[in-house]
Amino acid sequence: MSQDKQGAVKNTAMDDLMSFVATGNALPLLHEIRHALANLLENNNTAIIDLGAIPFAPGDERVLDSVLGEGEIHAVLKTLGESHVRETSISGVWRVDHLDDSGQYQSRFIEITYLPEILKTHFEDATIGLETLTKRLKEEDEKQ
Amino acid sequence: MAKKPMLSDLMKEHGISRRGFMKYCAGLASVMALSPSMAPQIAHALENAPRPSVIWLSFQECTGCTESITRSHAPTLEDLIFNAVSLDYHHTLQAASGHAAEAAREAAMKANYGKYVLVVDGSIPLDEPGYSCIAGISNLEMLKQTAAGAAAIVSVGTCAAFGGIPHADPNPTGAVGVSHIIKDKPIINVPGCPPIPVVMTGVLAHLLTFGIPDLDELGRPKAFFGESIHDRCYRRPFYDKGLFAEGFDDEGARKGWCLYKLGCKGPTTKSVCATTKWNNGTSFPIEAGHPCLGCTEPDFWDNGGFYKPLSVPAGDYRKIGLAAVGAGVAIGAVSALVSRASKKKAAKAHEAVDAHDLEKPS
Repeated sequence: MSQDKQGAVKNTAMDDLMSFVATGNALPLLHEIRHALANLLENNNTAIIDLGAIPFAPGDERVLDSVLGEGEIHAVLKTLGESHVRETSISGVWRVDHLDDSGQYQSRFIEITYLPEILKTHFEDATIGLETLTKRLKEEDEKQ
Repeated sequence: MAKKPMLSDLMKEHGISRRGFMKYCAGLASVMALSPSMAPQIAHALENAPRPSVIWLSFQECTGCTESITRSHAPTLEDLIFNAVSLDYHHTLQAASGHAAEAAREAAMKANYGKYVLVVDGSIPLDEPGYSCIAGISNLEMLKQTAAGAAAIVSVGTCAAFGGIPHADPNPTGAVGVSHIIKDKPIINVPGCPPIPVVMTGVLAHLLTFGIPDLDELGRPKAFFGESIHDRCYRRPFYDKGLFAEGFDDEGARKGWCLYKLGCKGPTTKSVCATTKWNNGTSFPIEAGHPCLGCTEPDFWDNGGFYKPLSVPAGDYRKIGLAAVGAGVAIGAVSALVSRASKKKAAKAHEAVDAHDLEKPS
């Protein structure tokens, strides 16, 4: 057993075998991404594509990876397992892979956006953050 | 009944951030085959919708469906779903027993009449209702009583949906599914032996957020039962190329070829096993080297055998066929006897005829 670059646990021998299997869906998907990126630039509309919603085999993954490549940003979220948010070498096209606590893929998306929502801090979390910081500062003050 | 905490309070208690919850809702949208952009709506609905009372009745079942729903991607998440509903009655999970348990069920029914969700697992015996009773009440009677005040019914597992194993030939208890008995309530069938955990929680989540999902002709949510295993199977390219495993340990099996000839029911089975998979997305029967049993379909136990290919006639057709063969043999044997007797008689009655006889006037 080993981990792939997203940190997902995998069986190397089976993955090697499966990497020769492709459904042919990679190219239509890449055209859909191109269309969505043009729409983002023209109309400011974001798009999310669910990779779990279409038949997509490891052979298709190889094509997707080779065309999209890797960009400058790789963020790792540690909540309910890990999530990997990476901008590809095509700016505006992001890979968002959610893993569960045991390192297995839970859901996988391609987001066409300027910044994926999940990277932003949410109002509710910032509210809790303020409460936490206030409490910790009070404790520090009491230590002084 | 004590007021239960809201979902947002539970998230805080478990140390789950809003970001974590959004991650979960994104996964749920994916599982429910909804657009990923609906994740914020799902989150909003789960947090703000009133928590419906859920009564779970277990009839002629093996408890596999309950075991399945409590083994999930991350127990905390299923906890969230269970805490987004008010699970007021469940034999296996509840602490109460005996009179206290039945009193809890009756109180929940009365307090939420017309609004609670009834979840059923297990089939219902019709031939002799006494075969399966709870607190002295037959399953049939309890189902009718509890269904009367339910807003919707979810039949979890193939037993509750279609009768399942108890329904298999010769069906000694007269077991049937819920929809065979209840005709005046919306029923969602979630078959599987057992169903995939996230499918069960996905259906509950859909009920909470968007109401009853789109159902197919067998009452199954189209999001989870709209496509066959065959259509999503990673071994499909081998089927298309005509590469089949002929035995469980032959070259084809070792190379992961199609399991059609070993009895795979994937072509006629609607389920998401091939994409959502089992055990936290680890694998599913075909990937593990075993043909699909077809467990989300009615009468899958009587479908001619798990290891006979779909192309071999199954079920009643085979019985009729064998009977026809038997009858043919019998008829043939009798015909042979009759013809031998006729031949003997003809031989005995035989008169020699010569050319002169032929010229005599008749």
